[in-house]
Amino acid sequence: MVDFSLWDIFRNLLLAARWTVGLSLVAFAGGALVGLALLLVRLARWPGARLGVSLYVQVFQGTPLLMQLFLAYFGLALLGVNVSAWVAAGMALTLYSSAFLTEIWRGCVDAVPKGQWEASESLALSFGETLRHVVGPQALRIAVPPTVGFLVQVIKGTALASVIGFIELTKAGTMITNATFRPFTVYACVALLYFALCWPVSAYSRRLERSFRRVH
Amino acid sequence: MIQLDFLAVLEQWPALLSGAGFTLGLSATAAVVGVGVGVACGWARSLGPAWLQRLVGVYVELIRNTPFIVQLFFIYFGLPSLGVKLSPEVASIIAMVVNLGAYAAEIARAGIEGTPRGQFEAARSLALTEFQVFTRVVLPPALARVWPALVSQIVIVMLGSAVCGQISAQELSYAANLIQSRNFRAFEATLIATAMYLLLAIGVRQFLFWAGPRWIFGRPQASGR
Repeated sequence: MVDFSLWDIFRNLLLAARWTVGLSLVAFAGGALVGLALLLVRLARWPGARLGVSLYVQVFQGTPLLMQLFLAYFGLALLGVNVSAWVAAGMALTLYSSAFLTEIWRGCVDAVPKGQWEASESLALSFGETLRHVVGPQALRIAVPPTVGFLVQVIKGTALASVIGFIELTKAGTMITNATFRPFTVYACVALLYFALCWPVSAYSRRLERSFRRVH
Repeated sequence: MIQLDFLAVLEQWPALLSGAGFTLGLSATAAVVGVGVGVACGWARSLGPAWLQRLVGVYVELIRNTPFIVQLFFIYFGLPSLGVKLSPEVASIIAMVVNLGAYAAEIARAGIEGTPRGQFEAARSLALTEFQVFTRVVLPPALARVWPALVSQIVIVMLGSAVCGQISAQELSYAANLIQSRNFRAFEATLIATAMYLLLAIGVRQFLFWAGPRWIFGRPQASGR
């Protein structure tokens, strides 16, 4: 048996935390793109779009992320795609994030007074111009704090990717536990590292929210 | 060509059903105790002494900024090295209670802090004890105010309990896993279990919205009002 000092444990976890960060960024960026597309589809009022998107949101918010990860993992394998855990986890977390982000942002767009849309229309602005010059900038200001807050949820969500074999912080913790038989220390360190990742983000989101409230 | 065989999974419906029942049982227990913990912590954070406010604040921040699966593993795998041995079910319930308690504390606090000052003053002027002021005057409308958020959080915790299958608590995702290990229909078993989670989530949400005003923060009837 290899002897692990506390520093060895911590160092290895720290290395694995890179993958947690990487997966979070991929999922967040991908989720933002898909979520934005869904938002535009919903705002453009294509027939059936509103119902379709709200069903999509319902399904992703009403089922466990763990099952979504399994479905992506098994589903891609079924399609004959040679799945790495990276692809499955990236895809599942992207879709999951997109559902939450599109719902958050819809709320932000709805918070912009209706008169802004009507005024733009009376100025003969097109849908795109209204969005870009009138509604978008106002909605964006409202959207920043909850969006940053959601990032915390994504980081925590990546921990579930460990279950389909993606080696990130939690999986590394399990592996090191199996090598050292010191679950208490290892999982305490894992939790500490997650806290170190998430807490600054939540604190920042809270600060943004407070300063936003002060302005309005 | 992809061939899906849902019947192979559905014919094992007793396993799925008992898994769903187990998930509901875990969630119901965790919801009752967790909301209790949350209300106590919400009181502590908004009306308690300063040292308690700080202590509860640390608890809330620690739980809200770490993943549920790590909390569960810490309790199930980590605590035995301190001499605390737990069955998967008990570990699952403790983890869910601790998790829900932290989120519910923030929600309850928001509700309690929304109480108009005059309510406190009016209740005290009627010579109610501090305990009565809180449980009879402050808490019911506070819960009514934040009930939608609380219901959402309970549903989130129920969906999160899918992770408890990883420590072999025999809930719904564990049942799906068991079925696929018997017939290798992994995708179908997962899809069906996922659909069942969706139904559970919708059902629990509907039930709580119906039950809340009736049993939890409703006005007492027949009090000569």
